[in-house]
Amino acid sequence: MAKKTIVPKKTPMPEQPAEERIHNYNEVPYGYTEEQAIAEAKRCIECAKPLCMAGCPVNINIPGFLKLIADGDFRGAVNLVKETNALPAITGRVCPQETQCEGVCTLCKKFEPVGVGRLERFVADWEAAQGALPVPPLPPPTGKKVAVVGSGPAGLTVAADLARLGHHVTIFEALHEAGGVLVYGIPEFRLPKAIVKREVEYVCSLGVKLVKDFVVGNAATVDELLEEFDAIFLGSGAGLPWFLGIPGENLGGVYSANEYLTRSNLMKAYRFPEYDTPIARGQRVITIGGGNVAMDAARTALRLGAKESIIVYRRSRDEMPARAEEIHHAEQEGIIFNLLTTPVALHGANGRVTEMECLKNELGEPDASGRRRPVAIKDSNFCIPTDIVVVAVGQSPSPLIPKTTPDLKVAKGGVVTVEEQTMKTSKKGVFAGGDVATGGATVILAMGQAKIASKAIDEYLKTGAW
Amino acid sequence: MYKILKKQVLSDLVTLMEVSAPQVTRKAQAGQFVIVRAYEESERIPLTIADFDRAAQSVTLVIQQVGKSTMQMCQMNEGDEFATVAGPLGHPTEIEKYGTVICIGGGVGIAPVYPIARALKEAGNHVISIIGARNQSLLFWEEKMRAVSDELIVTTDDGSYGRKALVTEPLKEILTARQDIKKVWAIGPAIMMKFVAATTKTFNVPTIVSLNTIMIDGTGMCGGCRVLTTDGAQFVCVDGPEFDAHRVDWDVMMSRMQFYRAEEQAAVEQWKHQCNLASAA
Ligand SMILES: Cc1cc2nc3c(=O)[nH]c(=O)nc-3n(C[C@H](O)[C@H](O)[C@H](O)COP(=O)(O)OP(=O)(O)OC[C@H]3O[C@@H](n4cnc5c(N)ncnc54)[C@H](O)[C@@H]3O)c2cc1C
Ligand SMILES: Cc1cc2nc3c(=O)[nH]c(=O)nc-3n(C[C@H](O)[C@H](O)[C@H](O)COP(=O)(O)OP(=O)(O)OC[C@H]3O[C@@H](n4cnc5c(N)ncnc54)[C@H](O)[C@@H]3O)c2cc1C
Ligand code: SF4
Ligand code: SF4
Ligand code: FES
Repeated sequence: MAKKTIVPKKTPMPEQPAEERIHNYNEVPYGYTEEQAIAEAKRCIECAKPLCMAGCPVNINIPGFLKLIADGDFRGAVNLVKETNALPAITGRVCPQETQCEGVCTLCKKFEPVGVGRLERFVADWEAAQGALPVPPLPPPTGKKVAVVGSGPAGLTVAADLARLGHHVTIFEALHEAGGVLVYGIPEFRLPKAIVKREVEYVCSLGVKLVKDFVVGNAATVDELLEEFDAIFLGSGAGLPWFLGIPGENLGGVYSANEYLTRSNLMKAYRFPEYDTPIARGQRVITIGGGNVAMDAARTALRLGAKESIIVYRRSRDEMPARAEEIHHAEQEGIIFNLLTTPVALHGANGRVTEMECLKNELGEPDASGRRRPVAIKDSNFCIPTDIVVVAVGQSPSPLIPKTTPDLKVAKGGVVTVEEQTMKTSKKGVFAGGDVATGGATVILAMGQAKIASKAIDEYLKTGAW
Repeated sequence: MYKILKKQVLSDLVTLMEVSAPQVTRKAQAGQFVIVRAYEESERIPLTIADFDRAAQSVTLVIQQVGKSTMQMCQMNEGDEFATVAGPLGHPTEIEKYGTVICIGGGVGIAPVYPIARALKEAGNHVISIIGARNQSLLFWEEKMRAVSDELIVTTDDGSYGRKALVTEPLKEILTARQDIKKVWAIGPAIMMKFVAATTKTFNVPTIVSLNTIMIDGTGMCGGCRVLTTDGAQFVCVDGPEFDAHRVDWDVMMSRMQFYRAEEQAAVEQWKHQCNLASAA
């Protein structure tokens, strides 16, 4: 291949200025124009050994689709992406690209990597702009019935895959809207809900039946579903929020990130009183944690009118698990980072939180995760006044389904035990994937597991062999 | 959508709605609740399953107007539809033959205590019921309660009907007079449950309350409904709604319930304003 001069930096993606966007919920980056996309795709040097593909959990043919974009064949590009990733408009926006496809891109050695995520988003948005997707020809019905529990990325992926194979799929969703974390957790300014809605509508257009307001475990147990369905996929996510267990955590104004974000996103509290659900709006909001969830909460606080939105994280910036872009956007928007800080107590007056007491940390030896362990400095206690505290320190699968399904094996942390090659659980006919099988992870991992599960479910439905 | 099949005004503040909800009725049991959303823009609010009819696939909800969501619901009519009715949620009441038991319902709490009293009676218990309200116009289901109770005491705060007393007064008298009370159930305003708990504690009688914290999802996902008990923080929607009254930290629970007072008032005012505009037009 002819040597070409490489443009060292990614083609910039236009975005809303920080001063403006903290007052609205509109999406932050605007996305590439066709010209920008072609320019960015041309930065790819079409490696003989494309490391990027190995970095992508679903092995998208990245050089292939970049080449098609470079040639202006956007339809070809989106079709190629969708061979392995059904939700590119979503993953292009939310994947931690810097540790996956882009993190291992050959260009990284000297330059910025190719903006694979941005281009994935570009082709998906291009396709959406062409109008509703035609329903692909579906095979004759197999007569087999599958129940999918949960409508997050894992459940939607399994439902679409199995419907395309001719199976009859019913999704049971506990909430009044489908999409899982994509609708209740990740805010509009990062992932517009219209995109999620479009994906859900597409899945339904394949003949998938969506039953909302249905809590599996309560309205029907897994065993009861098995009387009616030939197989079950559990995609119920990791929705149980963790708290710190420090004094004062039950004061008014102390939220789990799930509650804060659910009020704001799913229930649209940011449009209160037009929508009925209230949310506390404070002058100062402290969010505890350093992941995507914490960034989302801290940035939501600004948009709800907080003058100061502070992140308290016990390790240093390098250890923060959030996507690089989210940390960058948060910094741009003026979020204050209080790093190497551990909350030890919340104090309040009249039942409402008024300040957070913290300890300063220093970094010690690496722990099991390979990250340096924060060690508290004795007597370094100090207090930060605040109106609201959002706890974003992790979540695990809800115990509801395991508790009502005695023969479903669960490991430490409530994670459903699965066989990794098939996503089979310990219970015949029941498969699981996504956060319920991994604990809080990522959209793309959930989809990757869902792909494995759909194959195995199809196999099981055909052969009956477990 | 979930159609309102029947509407009946029970008192000045309390309305009964029978709602079609096939998903709920299949497994509903006494003590469980549903999450209801009136319209697309509405809050999700918890309401106890006061009764259910498996054949008609309907649940009976008894709703007391306290804020915008409940006022709006009570204005809806037969044939209208709720946007969400999800459930049954929470654990059912543990019904056994205990012996002699007391069931206390305060205000709208009379509705959820009714199916519990009925189930206890059916299980062969001697059921003493105490129902109370602020005044006569807020009292309902006296006859229904009488039909499932061996003894029934009715109180009002202002003496406009029945005995002028708080429910805790006859409770204390019964506990003093007889030693055979095995268990007490109390459902009503938090303040009532708190004082029932204090009363039965001195007599060491196990007491179950059904907590009515603020909820959103009702599935254990947000933690907003948490209460502090001697076992640590618990989620009312999945760990309850019934709890051992003597283990609940009532002050924490009551202060959490007050948290949105200003917003709730704003919502009611804005809504009333819109209603006035609409009726003027
Ligand atoms: C605030 C936030 C930000 C995030 N940001 C990112 C990001 O930027 N990038 C990224 O890759 N990942 C991110 N994640 C993680 C990602 O969203 C999850 O890994 C992913 O959504 C998991 O998909 P899932 O399908 O397994 O489960 P979920 O998306 O959790 O969906 C599970 C669904 O099951 C339903 N359900 C649960 N129990 C029952 C039941 N008993 N009956 C019926 N239905 C039930 C739930 O209501 C829910 O709709 C974020 C997570 C959060 C919370
Ligand atoms: C498990 C459970 C079962 C319930 N069952 C019933 C039932 O069968 N019938 C019924 O009428 N209500 C029931 N409730 C209470 C009901 O959910 C609330 O009254 C309702 O959410 C109030 O909504 P609102 O918008 O009308 O009022 P809001 O505007 O939210 O509140 C108005 C006023 O009521 C107070 N308040 C708020 N929440 C509650 C609450 N949960 N309980 C009491 N006062 C509150 C507020 O402090 C405020 O002053 C139940 C609650 C729970 C948790
Ligand atoms: S799915 Fe995620 S990891 Fe894979 S190419 Fe797309 S952005 Fe990269
Ligand atoms: S590693 Fe980078 S440069 Fe190489 S093919 Fe992949 S995207 Fe292109
Ligand atoms: S209502 Fe959300 S956890 Fe109970």
